[in-house]
Amino acid sequence: MAEHPAHPAQDRAATSAAMVSLRSVDKHFGSLHVLRGIDLEVRASEVVVVVGPSGSGKSTLCRTINRLETIDSGEIRVDGAALPVEGAGLARLRADVGMVFQSFNLFAHRTVLDNVTLAPIQVRKAKRRDAEAEAMVLLDRVGIADKAHHLPAQLSGGQQQRAAIARALAMQPKVMLFDEPTSALDPEMVGEVLDVMVGLAAEGMTMIVVTHEMGFARRAADRVVFMDEGRIVEQNTPAAFFDAPQTDRARAFLASVLTH
Amino acid sequence: MDILIENLELLLQALGTTLMMAVVAGIGSLILGVLVTVARVSPIPVLRAAAFCYTQFFINVPLLALLILAVFALPDAGLLLPLTPTAIIVLTVYEAAYVAEAVRSGVNTVGVGQIEASRALGLSLGQSLRLVVIPQALRAVVQPLGNVMIALAMNTALAAAVGVVELTSRVNKVNLVHAQPIEIFTGAGLVYMAIALAIGLATGWVERKVAIVR
Repeated sequence: MAEHPAHPAQDRAATSAAMVSLRSVDKHFGSLHVLRGIDLEVRASEVVVVVGPSGSGKSTLCRTINRLETIDSGEIRVDGAALPVEGAGLARLRADVGMVFQSFNLFAHRTVLDNVTLAPIQVRKAKRRDAEAEAMVLLDRVGIADKAHHLPAQLSGGQQQRAAIARALAMQPKVMLFDEPTSALDPEMVGEVLDVMVGLAAEGMTMIVVTHEMGFARRAADRVVFMDEGRIVEQNTPAAFFDAPQTDRARAFLASVLTH
Repeated sequence: MDILIENLELLLQALGTTLMMAVVAGIGSLILGVLVTVARVSPIPVLRAAAFCYTQFFINVPLLALLILAVFALPDAGLLLPLTPTAIIVLTVYEAAYVAEAVRSGVNTVGVGQIEASRALGLSLGQSLRLVVIPQALRAVVQPLGNVMIALAMNTALAAAVGVVELTSRVNKVNLVHAQPIEIFTGAGLVYMAIALAIGLATGWVERKVAIVR
């Protein structure tokens, strides 16, 4: 018993407030060091927006949280539980972590309604009728209830991305990951997707959002995390980050994205 | 024509054997071929290697050699099946290799993003394959699969060489009696063409029916 680790209780106390926590996370793609000693804690109901230049590792960071990317070292916990290795445990964890991709990734052979109900029926073992009723509520909420019986290809990009958000929400996730959700959209469709995300944030969803939309960061973020070359260089409230960046790199980045 | 009509009953019986072999081996090879594809794209190295060896073996050995081997070697090994089922089994495992290659090319058309999305939703690998990947892969390769099915229907004629009395074997026997090869073999040829045409038309219909709008 003396060998028993002395601090599991403390450990839990330290992480119980954090919905997502990353500690000393490192990852390489071959010789490229994409994540360097990342430490990040995201509290329940917090909205964290990750910004940074292309290749800074922000998408990779987002994808490590549900283990779409494995890490070389460090630790990632979601709602207090360490990420399991590939298998049933990981599938259960992923079911609780919603993800929205840059390229929507709707299932092309299924209607929007089937896209939304697939995982609740197959993973949560929900009854089809219940799943469909719930899906219609979600589709109505993202404004595309009239497209429920259309195939993804019959929708605009903005509508597809809203369907993808509804699909993730149908699993009633504890946290939502957004990996550049508006980067593949025509400019006039960005707003409709961001509006849905702002609504989610206002309802208290825990969100980690990788984006180039600085307006969204100002509007909805509790905290902005600035990454460059695989490191978290700076993090602050949106007001402080945008008005008074602390580092040269953040200033240079903001100057380049805000001048046009 | 008279010769064909005179022997109509025997010929129809043989045609029935040909069609039965094509249908049973067709369904069997589609199922087996999809299973081989699943093994081929699975993350388990042993399964991948086994599926690779399977397809390479059957694609690189002539069907006639396999038929002869099965008909003469299996009884020696203590497995004595009637000729027609033996031929059907050989056709099934042989064409399954071609089905697997076709379906695998279809798997490559399903974006990795959709697979990631299904995994991110908590679907297991098996569920992702069954519900997302394979249904789309099959839709993408209806035409190539139709061609495999046509080849299979034509390949049933090789069973004649190991003693199965299907259409080719029967017309050959009729010709031995009547010695009118032009009428007899042209008639048989037209029947094979009709089978191929029917499969081709059915393929086109299925393809229109299941095509994925992208």
